[in-house]
Amino acid sequence: MLLLKILFRNAFRNRLRSALTILGVAVAILAFGLLRTVIDAWYSGVEAASASRLVTRNAISIIFPLPLAYSEKIRQIDGVKRVSHGNWFGGIYIDEKHFFANFCVEAKGYLEIYPEFVLAPAEKKAFLADRKGFIAGRKLAARYGWRIGDTVTLRGTIFPGNWDFVLRGTYRGRDETIDETQFLFHWAYLNETLKRTAPRRADQVGFYMIAVTRPEVAAEVALAVDKTFKNSLAETLTETEKAFNQGFIAMSGAIVTAIQMVSFVVIFIIMAVLANTMAMTTRERIGDYAIMKTLGFGSGGIATVIFGESLVISLTGCLAGMAATFPAAKGFSQGLATYFPIFLVSAETLWLDLLASLVIAVVAALIPTRQAIRIGIADGLRRIG
Amino acid sequence: MTEPGAPIVEIRNVSKSYRRENLVVPVLHAISFDIAAGEFLALMGPSGSGKTTLLNLLAGIDKADSGVIRVGGVDITTLTETELARWRANHVGFIFQFYNLIPVLRAVENVELPLHLTSLSRRQRREHAETALGMVGLGHRLDHYPREMSGGEQQRVAIARAIVTDPTILVADEPTGDLDRVSAEEILGLMEQLNSAMGKTVVMVTHDPRAAQRAKVIRHLDKGYMGDAATQDPV
Repeated sequence: MLLLKILFRNAFRNRLRSALTILGVAVAILAFGLLRTVIDAWYSGVEAASASRLVTRNAISIIFPLPLAYSEKIRQIDGVKRVSHGNWFGGIYIDEKHFFANFCVEAKGYLEIYPEFVLAPAEKKAFLADRKGFIAGRKLAARYGWRIGDTVTLRGTIFPGNWDFVLRGTYRGRDETIDETQFLFHWAYLNETLKRTAPRRADQVGFYMIAVTRPEVAAEVALAVDKTFKNSLAETLTETEKAFNQGFIAMSGAIVTAIQMVSFVVIFIIMAVLANTMAMTTRERIGDYAIMKTLGFGSGGIATVIFGESLVISLTGCLAGMAATFPAAKGFSQGLATYFPIFLVSAETLWLDLLASLVIAVVAALIPTRQAIRIGIADGLRRIG
Repeated sequence: MTEPGAPIVEIRNVSKSYRRENLVVPVLHAISFDIAAGEFLALMGPSGSGKTTLLNLLAGIDKADSGVIRVGGVDITTLTETELARWRANHVGFIFQFYNLIPVLRAVENVELPLHLTSLSRRQRREHAETALGMVGLGHRLDHYPREMSGGEQQRVAIARAIVTDPTILVADEPTGDLDRVSAEEILGLMEQLNSAMGKTVVMVTHDPRAAQRAKVIRHLDKGYMGDAATQDPV
């Protein structure tokens, strides 16, 4: 108990130095937490992926289409519960800076496969009934102030022209990990237009979404789908939704790796700063430790006091940094909603913050503790006075 | 229990040297003498004569190069660091020139500190510490930090800390070296009282002849050699 008092009071003996070190740890933990949240945001699509969903695309590349006729063949494969299809539309709203994901989908099946997109029954009915209708995530609708019945025009890039849509509903995510910034409209609207304007591009889909009866049969179904279209003009590659999403992230793997490295560099830097603080405080208190040794305290007692002081500083900074992460993440989320629709501080990030602060504290105290333990009592006492 | 007058400390052929870079500096040369139980011994000598080194050796905070140091029948030169730490906690009370209190602890907490190595309960520790502070006349300053006390008061807290474990010997290294004359007299009086009234064996290093006169026996060290003991008549 008295050792606890010593280490707590020691931690704030030099208030300015301790406050600056705590501030440093807090900023480092804040930076670490935000960088980890950026990585989480990158992987949010992977995390939200269902084990019961498969994505089928052209085996050569996702940019090549598949025939619409595959739909019925896929539906007949054992283990397939539902099939829907869609295309990445790639439309631009106002200009390129106002980016959001926009897909055309076979709406009825798609909404069944994605129950996590929660839509009011009346809005769902209105959307399904209107070929030119679209639904938007509530965050996207809120960002642009769209109201039900508003007409929104997207400029097509893959499919040229100006495309008018009428907002028929806003969906919300079943939980906070669901992207609420998507723009979904009817694949049929695109297809009918293409039949008139570019018939060669009609009846082609970008991907099939498949819901399987049970997650355990997903691999089997994926193999069966690809086998069905083997040696056809458009061979398929079927993978779980998770693997499909991971494939996208892999394209930006270097950026994710760089962010991860920076997050660890931040921790390493603050570790060095705290180690420096602990080295200074231990040097100043070497007399105190010599007194404790004189009175009969062993290495364990000395180590407790030094490691404890390091822990108090590091954990105080960590808690301050963790507390600051939430408002900072909220600010980031608002500022970067275009790129990171899901920007949530996860429990895992908070645990990592804690773990990082523990590692910082322990590593920073190692060498000072060793020095304090090794110094002879007589040498330590000579430094007093 | 050592009988009064029988040697409580036996020092035989103790030598000690320090290494300064590549140079070996001999500090003590084959020192041999006894300290009787209940004795108040003053070790005198000029700076660099080896008196503090000798005190450190017999208090178990430094190791001799050779020789035997037996305190209360225990040869402390054969003890490991851990055994030595335990032995110090049980048998030696320390009083230093600069008081050496822990600055972040209150007076009563400083006195309690060595009791944390005993099996006493928290309440017993507090009672012992308060009693010890009462004995040195600081019963009213339990909750003061060292920085809130004068040098003499801090040294009295240090004495309370030294006696709270009821040690076999009290070692004091220049206990009045940092005090004004009045405070120094108070501290010496207190040490005298601990020796005479409580029968504590006291070994005090000093270069102050006035302080040494309060001891029963004075020994001189010069360049690491021990002179003969001079027994003083009680005043």
